[in-house]
Amino acid sequence: MTVLESRVDADALTLTFVTEFDATPERVWQLWEDPRQLERWWGPPTWPASFPEHEFVPGGRSHYFMTGPDGSRVHGWWRIIAIDEPRRLEFDDGFADAEGRPVEGNPVRGVATIEGRDGRTRMTCLMTFADAADLEKLMEMGMREGMGLALGQIDDILAGVHA
Amino acid sequence: MVVDQLSRELDDDDVDRIFQALADATRRDIVSRTMQDEYSVTELAERYAMSFAAVQKHVAVLERAGLVSKRARGRERVVSADPEAIRRASRLLDAYELLWRQRAQSMESILAEDAEDRRTDR
Repeated sequence: MTVLESRVDADALTLTFVTEFDATPERVWQLWEDPRQLERWWGPPTWPASFPEHEFVPGGRSHYFMTGPDGSRVHGWWRIIAIDEPRRLEFDDGFADAEGRPVEGNPVRGVATIEGRDGRTRMTCLMTFADAADLEKLMEMGMREGMGLALGQIDDILAGVHA
Repeated sequence: MVVDQLSRELDDDDVDRIFQALADATRRDIVSRTMQDEYSVTELAERYAMSFAAVQKHVAVLERAGLVSKRARGRERVVSADPEAIRRASRLLDAYELLWRQRAQSMESILAEDAEDRRTDR
């Protein structure tokens, strides 16, 4: 796996994250489509995710929760906006209550684009926040432990990693 | 947890200002330089292919976000970065980016199992 690009645009409040995998687009697509595979990568390492509901069709809803080291759970939902298998997936991701019902706050809009290239697959994830407070809330809820590694990475920003 | 403390230290407006301030390559470069040493706006302007006024404007944006401050040095005003403010901003941006790095790594691990399976089948 190679991270080809990781760019934060603070004006647009987007993260563009581009990786390349040694697999076919169909195989990478399964990582999103199959809830058993999705729950192995969606949560941070210390906050594994479970997807009791995953309706992977346009207009479909998913309900997931992530379980922290102390056993506490953070619930979330997805709503699938558009699907073009195995090329493009557009979805909203927001916080939910324990029953999977959306709670107040703006969802994050995610667009995953998957392209085959010379036997490898490039995956571009464009994540868009409605406002900075939403990003802050995401960092606040559930991600604390998983984000521990992010601290002290001042060298990255000084080296222009976000350029 | 430090990210949690960070959320409480900054209000929404602060976060917006920091995000906007760091969105621009020239401004990130100014921050990078003024972390190392103090520069007057004139000294900074010499280093970029843009007008003095444009550089001054960039410095003002950084100043409003609390990322750099100005102080008097003799007859001129010099700009220096506030490492603590930058560390806070960098944490917020990095934290979200790191989540995606971790996700990509987990995806890679799942895909690597396919290769394992193929070997076992043989």
